[in-house]
This record gives sequence, C-alpha cells and structure tokens, in this order.
Amino acid sequence: MMQFMLLFSRQGKLRLQKWYVAHPDKLKKKITRELITTVLARKPKMCSFLEWKDVKVVYKRYASLYFCCAMEQEDNELLTLELIHRYVELLDKYFGSVCELDIIFNFEKAYFILDELVLGGELQETSKKNVLKAIAAQDLLQEDLNDGLIH
Amino acid sequence: MAYPMYEVDWSVLPPEQNRRFNPAFNIATIKQVVNEAIERVRMQTPTRLRDLIRQIRAARTAAEERSVVNKECAYIRSTFREEDSVWRCRNIAKLLYIHMLGYPAHFGQLECLKLIASPRFTDKRVGYLGAMLLLDERQDVHLLITNCLKNDLNSNTQFVVGLALCTLGAIASPEMARDLASEVERLIKSPNAYIKKKAALCAFRIIRRVPDLMEMFLPATRSLLTEKNHGVLITGVTLITEMCENSPDTLNHFKKESGQREIVPNLVRILKNLILAGYSPEHDVSGVSDPFLQVKILRLLRILGKNDAEASEAMNDILAQVATNTETSKNVGNTILYETVLSIMDIKSESSLRVLAINILGRFLLNNDKNIRYVALNTLLRTVHVDTSAVQRHRTTILECLKDPDVSIRRRAMELSFALINSQNIRAMMKELLLFLERSDPEFKAHCSSAMVLAAERYAPSSKWHLDTLFQVLLKAGNYLRDDTVSSTLQIVSAAPGERQAYAAMRLWSSLERSAVCADATEKQPLVQVAAWTIGEYGDMLVSEASNAISMVDDDGVDDFTRPSEEYVIDIYQKLLWSTQLSITTKEYLLLSLAKLSTRLTTKPSQDKIRVIIDTFGSHIHIELQQRGVELSQLYKQYAHLRPALLERMPPMEAGAPEHDAEPEHDKPPPEQDALLDLIIGSEPLSNGDMEHAPAPPTNNNSTTNDILDLLSGLDLSTPSVPTPTTAVSVTNNNMATPSLLLDGLFAPAQPPVQPQETVVRALERNGVLVELVAQRGGDTAALTMRARSSASTTITDFLFQAAVPRTFRLDMMSPSGTVLTPQGEITQLLKITNPSKTPLRLRIRVSYNIDGNPILEQAEVNNFPPDLFN
Repeated sequence: MMQFMLLFSRQGKLRLQKWYVAHPDKLKKKITRELITTVLARKPKMCSFLEWKDVKVVYKRYASLYFCCAMEQEDNELLTLELIHRYVELLDKYFGSVCELDIIFNFEKAYFILDELVLGGELQETSKKNVLKAIAAQDLLQEDLNDGLIH
Repeated sequence: MAYPMYEVDWSVLPPEQNRRFNPAFNIATIKQVVNEAIERVRMQTPTRLRDLIRQIRAARTAAEERSVVNKECAYIRSTFREEDSVWRCRNIAKLLYIHMLGYPAHFGQLECLKLIASPRFTDKRVGYLGAMLLLDERQDVHLLITNCLKNDLNSNTQFVVGLALCTLGAIASPEMARDLASEVERLIKSPNAYIKKKAALCAFRIIRRVPDLMEMFLPATRSLLTEKNHGVLITGVTLITEMCENSPDTLNHFKKESGQREIVPNLVRILKNLILAGYSPEHDVSGVSDPFLQVKILRLLRILGKNDAEASEAMNDILAQVATNTETSKNVGNTILYETVLSIMDIKSESSLRVLAINILGRFLLNNDKNIRYVALNTLLRTVHVDTSAVQRHRTTILECLKDPDVSIRRRAMELSFALINSQNIRAMMKELLLFLERSDPEFKAHCSSAMVLAAERYAPSSKWHLDTLFQVLLKAGNYLRDDTVSSTLQIVSAAPGERQAYAAMRLWSSLERSAVCADATEKQPLVQVAAWTIGEYGDMLVSEASNAISMVDDDGVDDFTRPSEEYVIDIYQKLLWSTQLSITTKEYLLLSLAKLSTRLTTKPSQDKIRVIIDTFGSHIHIELQQRGVELSQLYKQYAHLRPALLERMPPMEAGAPEHDAEPEHDKPPPEQDALLDLIIGSEPLSNGDMEHAPAPPTNNNSTTNDILDLLSGLDLSTPSVPTPTTAVSVTNNNMATPSLLLDGLFAPAQPPVQPQETVVRALERNGVLVELVAQRGGDTAALTMRARSSASTTITDFLFQAAVPRTFRLDMMSPSGTVLTPQGEITQLLKITNPSKTPLRLRIRVSYNIDGNPILEQAEVNNFPPDLFN
C-alpha cells in the first residue's frame, strides 16, 4: 500500500502531495521537508530506492519533477516504478506533452487523475484507456453548467 | 450551452446502465441558472485560480508572496458568510493551492463540507478534494462528513459515488469506517464495474482501519475473482490479499472453498490467461500483459502457498512458466520476475524451482540497472540462510557490489558477504572486506569491523593470520571500533605463544611508529592502545636481537621492518604522550606501557629517560594521568625494589564473556569491589575469578601484597604486618576420598585434617584491633561472622567493616552489631557467601575507624580459608 506520494521540483517546491495515512498536519510538513531534502541530496548514479524511517521510498525524476512514493515493506519496488511511470503517462496523455507548469496551474486535475488511478493507496485500474475515459466523462459533467467556474 | 454528447459504447458501463445526464427542464434548475447569471453580473468575480497562481509566482521575495497570500486568504474568509456562492469552488481551489505552498488553511474545512453537500458536480469534486487534503482523522469536522458521504454513496450518478468512495478510502477514521461499512459492502455487489472496483478498495481500507469489520465483507468477495474486468480483478485480489494477511482463519476459509471458487486454481487460471493471451492493447506494457495484475496475483499466491505443500504444488507449474518465459529486457519483465522469485522462495517449492530462482537473482546482480541489482541483493539477503550453497556461486559478483557507488547497494553487499563467509573462502573474503572497510563510511565501520572480528575468530585458518587480520581491522576501522574489540584483541595476544607475541609486538610497533610519524594516531586510537599494551608487555622481545629471526614478510611479500633501538622506542612514546590530540584513555595505556618498558628495556639511559617522562606526568593537569604519574614515580623512589615484580609479564588472559574482559588499564570493577581495588596494580579485577594481581604469584605472597596495598592506600605504616596464616587448617589436598587401598600403608596415613564445623580465620591484627572471621560451613553458602575486638586503651568509634569477593561469589552482609568498639569490647557482623562455582574463597577486607580522633584505614586480603568451606 502506498503511504503517500509527493511531487516536487528540483528546488524543493512541493507540487502535489497525496496522503493515504492519517498524520497531523505538522507531522506531514516535517516528513515532507525531510524527505525532500534526502531525495534531493541523492546523486544521479544512485538507485531509485531508499529506506527511510520504516518505509521504502521509491522515487524517479522526470525532467524537472521528482515523483516520490512511500511504500510499505512488503511492496514490490520495481512495480512502484511502473506505477509512477503509468501516472506520468496518464498526465502526458491528458495534458498533451505534460510539463511542470501544467501541473502547477492545473494541480486539481492532477489530483483527479491520481484519484482515478490509485484509491486508498492501492492501484484501482490497470487500463490507461479506462482511466482517461472516466476523467473525460467527469470533466464533461463539470463543464456542463459550470463553464470556467474554477479557472 | 451544449448538451453533453456521450459515446455510444461507453465501455466502462454496459449500455443499459448508462444513465445519460439529462439536465431536466424543471423549475429548480432554471432558477439555479438564472441566479447564477445574476450573480455573475452583479458581483465582481473573485480572482481566477490561474491569476492567483501567476501573482504568487511573480512575487520576488517571501514577504511579497506572504502579502499576496494573506490578502487572498482574507478575501476568501470574507466570502464564507455567503449562503450560496457560485464561486465557492473557485475560492476553495485557491485555498488548496495556498495550502500546498505551506500556509495554514484549516479555516476552509467547513467550506469543503458545504461544497460536498452542494448538488453541483464541480462543487463536489473540489469539496471532496479539499476534504482529502485538509481533513484527516484528527479533525472534528470528520463526523459531519459522514452524512454527506452516506448520501453520495447512494447517488444515482456513478461518478458521485466514485468521489465518495475515493474520499472514504483516503481519510476513513475508525468511526466513519464503522458507520459506512454496510454501504460499501452493498456497493461491492454492484453490477457496475466502475463502482465495484472502488468499493473493493474502500473495503480494503476499512479492514485496515478496523480489522473486526472483515467478516461482513467476506461473502461479497466470492464473485470478485470471476470477473473479466481487470480493474475489478486487481482490486479484488488486493482485498483478498489483505484479508488473508489479516487473519489465518480467513486464509483457511479461502483455501477451503471448493468447486468454481477454489482460489488457487482460479488465480492460476487468470495468470495463465494473462501470459498466454495475445497482445491486448488496453493492458499492454512493453509487451507484457497487465504486469500490475500479474504481480498482485503472484503475491496472493505466495501467501496462499506459504507452509502449504498442497497449494504450493498447484502453483509450481505456473511459477516455473512465468520464471522462464518472461522477457527481461525491460523493467516490466524484471518486475514480474522479482515477484516470482519472492514467491518461489517463500512457498514450499521444489528444489529445482528454488535453484531457478537463485539463478534469476544471480542474473539480476549482473544487470546494468542499479535498481535491479539492489533488489537482487535485498532478496538474496533474505534467502541466504536458507540456500547458502546456491548463493555462494554468486559470491564474486556480490564482492564486486562492495565497490558500487550507491551506498544502499554497498550496505546490502556487506551484509550478504558476512553471511557467506565460511572456512574455505575466509581469506579471499577478508581481503575484499578489508578494502571495503578502509573506504567505507563511518556508519559502516563499527558494524563491519565487529562482524569481521567475529568472522576472523570463527574461521581463522591460522593464528598468525588471525592476528594479522585483527591488526588490519584495527588499522582500518580507525576510531569506529566497538569497545570490546580492543580487549578481545589483547586477550588473544596474551594467550598466544611467545614467538607470536614477539611478532605481534613487532607488527604493532610498525603501525605505532608510522602513526606517530605521520601524526594521525588520533584517528586510530584503539590501534594505539593495543600497540601500547603489547609493546609494554613484550618490548624486550621487540628490541632484542632475537627479533631478527622472526619473519616480517607481509601479504605483499615485503619486509620493511627495522628493529628499533631502545632510545627510538622511548622517543616515539614521548611523541605520542605529548600529542595534544590523543584521548586520556590512550595516554593511560601509553603511560603504563612505558612504565612496564622500564623493566623490559634494561639499559640505564633508557630507564632514566623513562623515569623523567613519568615524573613529568606527576604534574599533569588531568587528575587521572597525574595520579598515575605520581604513583608510577614512586616505583623509582621508595619502592624501586618492587618495580620488576610489579611490572612482570602478565599471564595469559582467559577469554571471558565480553563484559568480563575488563581492559587492564581501565578500571571497571564490580560495584562491591569499588572501594577495595586500586587501578595502579594494573591487574584484572578479581572478577575473573582466577587471576591474581599481575605481579603477585598465587596466595602465599601475602607480605608483598600487603605492602602494595599499604602503598596504594597512601598510608604510612611503620610496621607492615602480616596476617598470620592460621594453622587451624591444613592446606593439603586431603579430600575426604578414601586413600586408595594400594597406597595404604605405603605412606603414612594421611591425616584427615581437623574439620571443625567452625573455623576461625584471623583476618587483620593491627593497632590493637583484631578482626577475625569465624567460618561456618553450609554447603553452597557459608556463613562468616566477623568479630572485631579491641585491645586498645581508648574507645574506637565509627567502626566500619567492608568486604569484597571475586565475581564468581555472592556476598550478603548483614548489619553490624554496632560501630563503637570499647576496649575489650566486640563488634560482630554476619556475612553470607555463596559460591556456586566452588572456587577457593579469597576475601578482601577493609576496616576503617576513628581512634583518638585519628581516622584509620586498613586493608587486607584473606586467603587462608579452609578449602572445604563450601562443601
């Protein structure tokens, strides 16, 4: 089960945080800060896994964004890398050649997509097509009466 | 306003279930639309989300950003009072962005609730997102959400249900879980795959939170594995996995199901279909069909097959098939192989399958991808103790990984290497490990060095190799050695034969000299300590001509040892002792070692030089060193005659349990002996039970012992007195065994010693104070009564009797009868001594009292107890 997922830039700015465990806000901030520092300190030649506190951290860098997942001890690390890749593919398909700015300005959409891929820390859909379809349908539902209400 | 167009083949739902969203032409909707239009005209619209983001990003300083954020937050708060705001979702979206930057946003929690309760889908979407971000289990607002969730779980729109399930899965508290479990259970049975899969994962979370609720979800899981939809399959497998891990009863329940629902055959079937089926574009990842589902199934199989031979049998084939047929060129393939290997190792698989698994891991070790190498090392670490011989084959590769640039890989390779050491490969392994130790980070050094010392001890092919390796470890681990390494090394050196000791002294001398010359001794203090002790003990062998006979060729075939002159040795010592960076402990070792050298190096100039150095320590600023300096100086003055005996070579130390090996120069006396032992003798405390003072040959030398004790307690006694050994007991070994009949009559019949039940042992007699110990036998425990009598003319006050026993004994002291000793008076005190190991009793006593206003302190050692005291 995934305990949390963080997306952050190379400067250490948080772009997305999804928590599947209940921690008080202060603790979340502390964990985030420490983990970001730890991951940013890693050299490029090092492997994508690190043990951190009692959790396995799997991270991968795509352009200027770090995708960082905290998994439990029994989880398959290589599979988590695949999961991260799947998420990036979905973002890419949705935004059309996604870049960090897309995620900054449309962060709520990034969350929605993640929520269609992962629920409660576990993968819920393995077909890319189905995830994108569900997102498209919900976007349609949203825009129906509410043109540009958020943005 | 365009009506939404929907595709005819809505593959998420079967067509008959597809509920088209039909904005009804009813009054409520029309009203809403009109209101919104009016609001838009009337009110100034709040800042768009993207404009706020631009503003914040444009801020050049943190203060600027803060002011923008504060302004916006104030505005947002002011809008909370509005009843029905069309812009609420935009404001909350902005608030969520602000929250992500790190600013507090808890005031928005109630607003999220309002959004969730709104009928608009946009509102719900943002509201639930806000709930998941801003609320967690600890907030009180939580309970209010439960009602909204319940309503939405019953919605007709599948996406609304989906939102509710998603939120529940993310933030369910135990109370919420209990309240809504039945709803979730109902939804697992929904015909709608979209809802079904979400409900299954929601149930998974509920069970995690409240394991008791698992029972109610069991029936619903039955049908999950027969679905075709991959989403339902993967979430179903996840749910079942959690249930099986949760309770062994449930595990058995799943195994017992028969017929269509037999779980292992079912899973095998699904897996087979995935592997053998042709290309399916929807689930394909680099040529592998739905790797996520495959891995989940493999994991569930692992749990089902663990400790179950029958189940393991049923999955043997499929595991072998997956292991051999999976493409390994991409990460996906390796992911599946990894999971397969984990499963093979955990279940009761055939040995051929296990060998296959280990070979896969071996191949992983050679993979260019460091992630794969990491994973392989990790798995090997878990399985090495089970299949050691199979893993040995990959030893060379593992040793290569010790040089990997990644620290996690290095750590695992190190652990694995230690697990693989055996008597055949110890030399080669140690070589690599020493290289590793030299270059490793400090966090590794302590652990690595300890493990190496242990391994060396277990598998050393020769004692010379053992010593060499230990010295190398000392050299390379620097200051990061564990504390007991020094003492165990010293113990090994002391127990070695004479030639070996000379060799050790010479080797260590080279290291010591080099570290003094290069001024890096401060980095290798344990080494310096060991070297100091060794050279102190065996320095005579070091400087003598005989050392030429000992081969000093090292591993590289080089012999660069030059025999030092006595003067040079002392010079090096001086250099080290004067170094400002060595610790006090190290200097203590060096100082005492130097003192010992005064008897090993026999030329007068050396002795004088040593004396000078020791004298200077008499005014050292540190109290410990000063004390030693002063006391050692005494050995040149008043007690010069004692010096040779005092500093004689130590007999071999026995290897005790780690806590028994007290470093000779470091005083760690057992508490009850604290008052009675003095450091300076340099002997092991009596704790070892079988070691005397270093200089004193066993028991008989009471006079010398007493002299030393006198000396060290700083008393100036005119007459060194000797406790008269009592003659009440004969010390001959006349155990009660009947003399052999053969010898009967050959010798004078051995007189069985008088074995009175009570024996009086005179412990101390000084200044008119006589202390006796009346010994009463009693099996394991003997009772000693201390009897103090005074023949002094004045009353003695504050009389205190203290005693200490070797560590193998136990001493219980009762309260004394009093502390005042009148002339012709008596004080008694009962002592109980337990001796489980039946070793001869040695007792150290100390007596203190006041007489005529003068405080007196006496010490003595009592050894002349009857040998059968504890029979």
